[in-house]
Amino acid sequence: MNRLQATLHDSFVEAERHLRVIPRNIELLIFATIQPIMFLALFAYVFGGSISIPGFDNYDQFLMPGIFSQSLVFGSAFTSIGLAEDLSKGLVDRLRSLPMSRSAVIIGRTVSDLVRNLLTFGVMLVASFLLGFRFGGSVTDAVLATGLLVLFSYALSWVQALIGLAVSSVEAANSAGFIWMFPLTFVSSAFVDPSTMPGWLEAVANANPFTVVTNAARSLYNGLPVGNDAWLSLAWSVGLIAVFSMIATRKFARSTSS
Amino acid sequence: MTERYAVQMQGVVKRFGDTLALDGVDLAVPAGAVYGLLGPNGAGKTTSVKVLTTLIRPDAGTATIDGIDVEKNPDDVRRRIGLTGQYAAVDERLTARENLVYIGRLFHLGTAEARLRAGELLDRFDLADSADRVVKGFSGGMRRRLDIAMSLIANPSVLFLDEPTTGLDPRSRLGMWDVIEDLAADGTTVLLTTQYLEEADRLAEQIVVIDQGRVIAEGTPDELKSRTGGALLQVSIARAENRELAMSVLTPLCTGRVEVRDDRTFEAPITAGDRVVPSVIRALDDAGVDVLDVVVRRPSLDDVFLALTGHVASAEEATS
Repeated sequence: MNRLQATLHDSFVEAERHLRVIPRNIELLIFATIQPIMFLALFAYVFGGSISIPGFDNYDQFLMPGIFSQSLVFGSAFTSIGLAEDLSKGLVDRLRSLPMSRSAVIIGRTVSDLVRNLLTFGVMLVASFLLGFRFGGSVTDAVLATGLLVLFSYALSWVQALIGLAVSSVEAANSAGFIWMFPLTFVSSAFVDPSTMPGWLEAVANANPFTVVTNAARSLYNGLPVGNDAWLSLAWSVGLIAVFSMIATRKFARSTSS
Repeated sequence: MTERYAVQMQGVVKRFGDTLALDGVDLAVPAGAVYGLLGPNGAGKTTSVKVLTTLIRPDAGTATIDGIDVEKNPDDVRRRIGLTGQYAAVDERLTARENLVYIGRLFHLGTAEARLRAGELLDRFDLADSADRVVKGFSGGMRRRLDIAMSLIANPSVLFLDEPTTGLDPRSRLGMWDVIEDLAADGTTVLLTTQYLEEADRLAEQIVVIDQGRVIAEGTPDELKSRTGGALLQVSIARAENRELAMSVLTPLCTGRVEVRDDRTFEAPITAGDRVVPSVIRALDDAGVDVLDVVVRRPSLDDVFLALTGHVASAEEATS
């Protein structure tokens, strides 16, 4: 087995470890699914009547891609919690004492979290259709939109991996993995048009990569011109993966239970 | 050319910030031996194990497994070692069998071979009945047994056991001791760390005492015990009126002052290993003193630790 084959093999073994247990903890999956659906319904019914967005006939068509985007990003927090757990239980020490690929533990973790996120996303998409959401463009556009969202969520999983390895406990990972998600997703175009924000906040919201990704997906879902947003969001995701996979793998190679 | 040891550390130094965790540790474990690394919390036992198992890099000195440098060829070292750390490093969401097969596959044994080994180890560690149960419901003792089984899946030549019985109830501890004794009988090289003197005494053929990052003594349990200056003789006689007579008989046979514990009991230091007891009994008998009891108390490793370090090996001293 060469190095690449070994990495793929070990990553597969790691991903399988996490995927195998998803059906054993069905409660976790159910609650992970209920939350975004609740968000969908709450935002649609509570704010739907009072928020109008220029260029959109109804708020749902604007809002729902934002919530898809937000819940996929929130799903990445599983990565930090999972890795912090492996670290605190001493499993990372065991894995680091094995002749296995250093990056495989994180690749396996992020890939399995991606699969779990896709399951949640599928249920949420069905729910959004029941609430009246419709694709405005082609199915290909919708697939591309989903791909961009999922890829960004995967990129953030690598950021979360670093957080999970850097904090000292599962409890800390639980907070540290979630806390920055709120400003990231709210100071953005996910729920409102940033031009309604105070000037400085609007600038932050427009520079936020989450805005870029959400705008790209929203345009594609609605069959609107996507402009540079698709390429920009692709660049953000690839860039984050490139940088954080390097840092997180290095961090893993030095991590040990205290 | 020096003898090639299974485990060797030479002048290993490791610093964490301002704390000097290892201050030039030397250690040499021959193949097939069971060595005990004994010391209080924060002495540097776990740090030593982490250096030897490639988890942390030393700041100075060298560490080798089967002659292979842990820093230069970590992957070759990893293929030869098994590690059971302080926490039972198992995935508690998986079953016992799944945990074993999982680690076997990470050793690239192949799924069939990993399953075969898993089955053998489950039998050997008395886990066959619970093999397909999720580990979450396992007792501490069962987790530890599974943990050790996972360390053995690829037949390591050296097994590291870092405080294998910490946190176990007395019965599980005895069970774990049997497991470790079986491993030793099979010829696996074992380096175990412990803060329990009793444990090192029972399991290790050679004990390395470590305190504040330095090796302060090494020897067999008996050698270490005799370092505190031999043994203590305790004699009880039947009648208090024979006290003076008994003392005059005992004094020339002992190496120090004869202390009177109560009217009929005396204690005196003797040279360990000398056949003092028969002479004592004969001499007292010849003098007409009825002897009730003669006991030789050998110093415990607790006494040894106190004599070597000037403080007791208590868990409360933890500074980690």
